[in-house]
Amino acid sequence: MKIFSGVIEELRAQGVGILGVLEPHPEEAVIRIKTEDFHRACLFMHKRLSSAVMAMFAADERKAKNAFEIYCVFLSREFQKWCILTADIPQDRPVFPSLARDIHSASSFEREIQEMFGLDPQGHPDKRRLHLHEEVWPSGLFPLRKDFISPGHVVPDAGAYCFNRVLGEGIFEVPVGPVHAGIIGPGHFRFSAAGEPIVNLEIRLGFTHRGIEKIFEHKTLDEAVRMAECVAGDTAFGHSWAFCQSIEKTSALKIPAKAQYQRAICLELERLYNHFAGIGGIALDVGFSFAAQFASVLKEKVLRLNQRLTGSRYLKGVNRVGGVRRGFSRQDIQALLCEVLSVSEDHKELKQMLLTSVSFMDRVDETGVLWQKTARDLGVVGLAARASGVAMDLRKVFPDVYAGSDFRLITQERGDVLSRLRVRMEEVEESARLIIYFADRLADLAGPVASNFPLAAAGCALGAVEAWRGPVLYWVKVADGQVDRCKVVDPSFHNWPGLAFAVLGNIIPDFPVCNKSFDLSYAGNDL
Amino acid sequence: MTLPGIPPCPEIEGVGRELKKTILSLYGRSLHLREVDTGSCGACESEIVALSNPIYDIQRFGIDFVASPRHADALVVTGVLSRNMALALKKTYDAMPGPKFVITVGDCTMDGGVFGASYYRARQGIQDIVGGVVLHIPGCPPSPEQVLSALLGFLKTRPPKER
Repeated sequence: MKIFSGVIEELRAQGVGILGVLEPHPEEAVIRIKTEDFHRACLFMHKRLSSAVMAMFAADERKAKNAFEIYCVFLSREFQKWCILTADIPQDRPVFPSLARDIHSASSFEREIQEMFGLDPQGHPDKRRLHLHEEVWPSGLFPLRKDFISPGHVVPDAGAYCFNRVLGEGIFEVPVGPVHAGIIGPGHFRFSAAGEPIVNLEIRLGFTHRGIEKIFEHKTLDEAVRMAECVAGDTAFGHSWAFCQSIEKTSALKIPAKAQYQRAICLELERLYNHFAGIGGIALDVGFSFAAQFASVLKEKVLRLNQRLTGSRYLKGVNRVGGVRRGFSRQDIQALLCEVLSVSEDHKELKQMLLTSVSFMDRVDETGVLWQKTARDLGVVGLAARASGVAMDLRKVFPDVYAGSDFRLITQERGDVLSRLRVRMEEVEESARLIIYFADRLADLAGPVASNFPLAAAGCALGAVEAWRGPVLYWVKVADGQVDRCKVVDPSFHNWPGLAFAVLGNIIPDFPVCNKSFDLSYAGNDL
Repeated sequence: MTLPGIPPCPEIEGVGRELKKTILSLYGRSLHLREVDTGSCGACESEIVALSNPIYDIQRFGIDFVASPRHADALVVTGVLSRNMALALKKTYDAMPGPKFVITVGDCTMDGGVFGASYYRARQGIQDIVGGVVLHIPGCPPSPEQVLSALLGFLKTRPPKER
């Protein structure tokens, strides 16, 4: 591992006032910056580490120090480190200079900070709200402030949301949603089209906002694990693992090998069933229904395997802080190996069926292209980024339990629907291989599946897991054995803007397949 | 080409056959459902979608999910009812022709579930907006079998006059 302190010296050499540096865990460097230098420090780290803003959030610390704290998280692949910059924002001047004009990936986070904390991102080009819709929520009520009291009846006074409009002869608008024809989450899509091609897509989300980050506050750790499982139902395991990891880092807990392997197996099972759902969805959205049904059976097979192994089809109730709740038996492992081999055989047939169908390939090849440069500029993550040639996967950056597994990072170059499909197909094969590798290791292990965990240490840390869609981040601050502040970042939050660019120039009838190829969560985005 | 091997599931077949008989005797034809997510994590949607896969294949029992409220006999509501979805839920319900009824699926439709304390739950509950819920299917999420059995149990208690 290279030495990160050199970068901090470079930052100091820029004239940035550094108030302190903490390295609470080998994977994390927290740099406390003078308020007036925060903006400059973020711009420097963004360039120096060639990292998008992976998370940006605030915390209300007015009780302790009459100030809010602001955090900006970057990822250094070179140094294998999370770099977290933080500064105080005095409560009598609740503003901060916006990064959005220079770093697009900061844009949505800053809008979130504005509506949740009432901190004004000065110079932000788009200050419309994300989650607290203008039509139903009044101005001046900031839910994540500590002195916020949940109101009963409210009178909205913020007017209506203003969509960007494309004007000109022959341009027409197609509004879709929030309620869609299929059985999916709610979101509003506003297409502007000229003839057939889409010239602009504006996506308005937030419809499933449930106030999750507020509900996390004052939860015991067990309750909070349960909450994390309900943030995005299709990533229940990725979310609960990231939450547990954060607490485990703060409390410096060592996780038994057995628990680590079981967690890795569950994470890959989650990837498998979702990839089957996604591959089937892409087939369905171009009308190839046999392949879609074929894939839905594979998904069902994995869900049943999950049920057999853990008692939950969606891997809920598996994780706890310190490990997992229950060890796999020999019979469990046998069933796991048997079923994974069976679905990977079936998957070969599915793959063959899709990639040799000319009419199918015609619909997905060169459809919905997200250029690599756009993906990087927007800070797109996970499988959508890998399909555009961005070789990033947390399983590679922080191998942990994946070390020794010869994990293969899968990328494609062209960024179209077909590339995203190919990434998922290859990841199915890689996940199946990894599950067999972990199961082999697990078979010979004895011992506990969770480490003893008397009381949570106070402090904060970042937990991060490469779930099937991309990195899931949990920054959790613990005080008095309870959650004090929990920031959740689902990869969907980074990737929705990517979809809005990928559809440009495509026809509206191809929107469903473009959308499915990104396969983003409404619930994970809206929180 | 054939579908991959599907383990036989006698319980589903049994419940399904009875469901089909009940629906036929109640409505003469089939039962069309419309689903609306009012703030769910997506797990309930995943299970409701699974009802249409070749293993459960709910269509053969006389139940179908439709793309428009105008085509629906009943509304299936999931989620905690976020403030942002209250109007959309009302519009969906109002767009349905009568007679109609509403089913809720998942723990968070009842009392908010794990989101019970949320500042962003609509002050009016689902039942207030749609004028009553006749069947609640608990679970987080309920499995496809549980949804099927609950539907059967409920429909068997419906008086035949609704036909």
